[in-house]
Amino acid sequence: MTPFSIAFLPLTDSAPLIVAKEKGFAAAAGIDLLMVRTTSWATLRDRLVYGQVQGAHMLAPLAIAVTLGLSQTSAALSAPFRLNVNGNALVIAPNFAAALDPDPATRIGDPLAAAHDFAAAIGLHRRKPVIGIVHRFSCHALLLRYWLASAGVDPDRDLSLRVLPPSLMVEALRVGEIDGFIAGEPWGSVAVAEGLAEIVVAGARIWKRGVEKVLALRTDWMEAHPETVDAFLVALSQASAWCEDPAHHEELADLLERSDYVGRTASELLPALTGRFTLRHGEPPVSIPDFLHFHREAAGFPWRSQALWIYSQFVRWGFVKASAGHERAAAEVFRSDIYRRALAGSGLPMPGASMKVEGAIEAPLGVGAHSGALTLGADGFFDGGIFDPSDVSAYLANLARK
Amino acid sequence: MRWPALRRVSAAGKSLRIVIVDDSGLRATVLEEGLREAGYDDIHVVPPEGGFVARLERMAPDVVLMDLGSPSRDTLEEMLVVSRALARPIAMFVDRSDEAMIGAAIDAGVSAYVVDGLRKERVKPVLDLAIRRFNAFARMQTELDTAKSERDQAKIALQERRTIDRAKAILMTSRNLPEADAYALLRSTAMNQGKRIIEVAEALITASDMLGGAA
Repeated sequence: MTPFSIAFLPLTDSAPLIVAKEKGFAAAAGIDLLMVRTTSWATLRDRLVYGQVQGAHMLAPLAIAVTLGLSQTSAALSAPFRLNVNGNALVIAPNFAAALDPDPATRIGDPLAAAHDFAAAIGLHRRKPVIGIVHRFSCHALLLRYWLASAGVDPDRDLSLRVLPPSLMVEALRVGEIDGFIAGEPWGSVAVAEGLAEIVVAGARIWKRGVEKVLALRTDWMEAHPETVDAFLVALSQASAWCEDPAHHEELADLLERSDYVGRTASELLPALTGRFTLRHGEPPVSIPDFLHFHREAAGFPWRSQALWIYSQFVRWGFVKASAGHERAAAEVFRSDIYRRALAGSGLPMPGASMKVEGAIEAPLGVGAHSGALTLGADGFFDGGIFDPSDVSAYLANLARK
Repeated sequence: MRWPALRRVSAAGKSLRIVIVDDSGLRATVLEEGLREAGYDDIHVVPPEGGFVARLERMAPDVVLMDLGSPSRDTLEEMLVVSRALARPIAMFVDRSDEAMIGAAIDAGVSAYVVDGLRKERVKPVLDLAIRRFNAFARMQTELDTAKSERDQAKIALQERRTIDRAKAILMTSRNLPEADAYALLRSTAMNQGKRIIEVAEALITASDMLGGAA
């Protein structure tokens, strides 16, 4: 057995890693998986960069930021596998949410209207709203910025984005330090269950097929250990298929509930897995399709176009200067080539291309694939935006004109 | 050479301002004492709660020391990014040339951030000391935990002995056996059933209670 240690944060989307260990997929691939529970993204990053662990459950934008040297400690990182698609929710305290459409299901169903209502509510609020984000380089924060900007809100001027660890978000809401937060599950559901907030938008409604956590490896380590990497990707792919199966959701919630994993109750963990959410405390649950998924539609495949979308947002918000070098380096973090190599013999449908025009698929579409048919679901942005990875600067110019 | 009474001052005559961000009162004390003994006297302890980042910013520290396990590291790092425009930016201390030190810091659970441009020679003793003190604290904690688990085991052992005594008493009364034979019976039953004596004793007590037993 090859030892392989991996740092993770206690979030629902660490599921494929936990399942790879607990359901024996890693062991069957000859890997002795050691899970290292970590409490901040900074420490997860440091453990990976300084070789205390070989892999990490990382925010996709953070992997790119570390590679571009934007996050304290820099190192070339690679993401050969996406651990999940979507999985975030924006929750807002009832006194702020009162200025939005009164029906939470209507808000969730129409994120464009909700964004405009949110923009109007900013002026009505007793102070500049403070919204908690887990990290500057998180997909949640990028989606929140994208959503707000569509309604003319400047997220750096019109509200305060405050970085807080998810475990402290609920307490910060309780004492009124923040007016809402966007985070990965189970934290939105925890806040709703305590009656402190209402789910206003789901990440999956801002971008139907958004990128979220990735398996991050140090590029030098990955290149020196191709056999371990390939074996582990096979195990992860099997584990993500297991996670996706509705028949396993309850068992999965029980597994994640353990204090050495996520450590929250199964009832708080289940909504993200089943897509059935209580939006406001005490009300019947509603369905949010595709809230979080792990496996179908080649979910593990790291589309380079999505790394470039993240880069485009970095440029948009002034995190990094636009340059051909940065653009290339960002795209190369997503290693679709390693995914192909590792899973070539798995029988899974394999996308024929490594980039796609993001947001262009309006209805489920069969796409060019090796070994079997691959259908990709609608991947639109809520505002109808289209991201063509071959022309990032045109995309940015168009956003600036809006 | 060591001058414990000497204030650690820079060429400009100013002492290093060190802020310890920590919610463990004991660990912060252990570290603060060590730094004071080494001659640093501008030391502040800030728990990572509420608006701690604003407090920290006002203090304009030269060095910030923080537990690597604190969930608030991301909050602190965000401040480092947005404060870059200020007069006294702080950036993470990473001396890439000193892999051994980085390893030691991570093992000990120390993360450190220092003012940009501060000379390495001035910061290294602080970090070395923080690593030693964090390690000492971790050892102390382990010893305390060990002592606690020994106490817990002693408590369990006592409870088990009481249970076995009670089971023996039941056998002595109901089967009219001397104590040694009652114990031998428990032990042989346990051995025959592949169980621990305590399990047989517990089962016997339960059964006896259900039957409205003698003991």
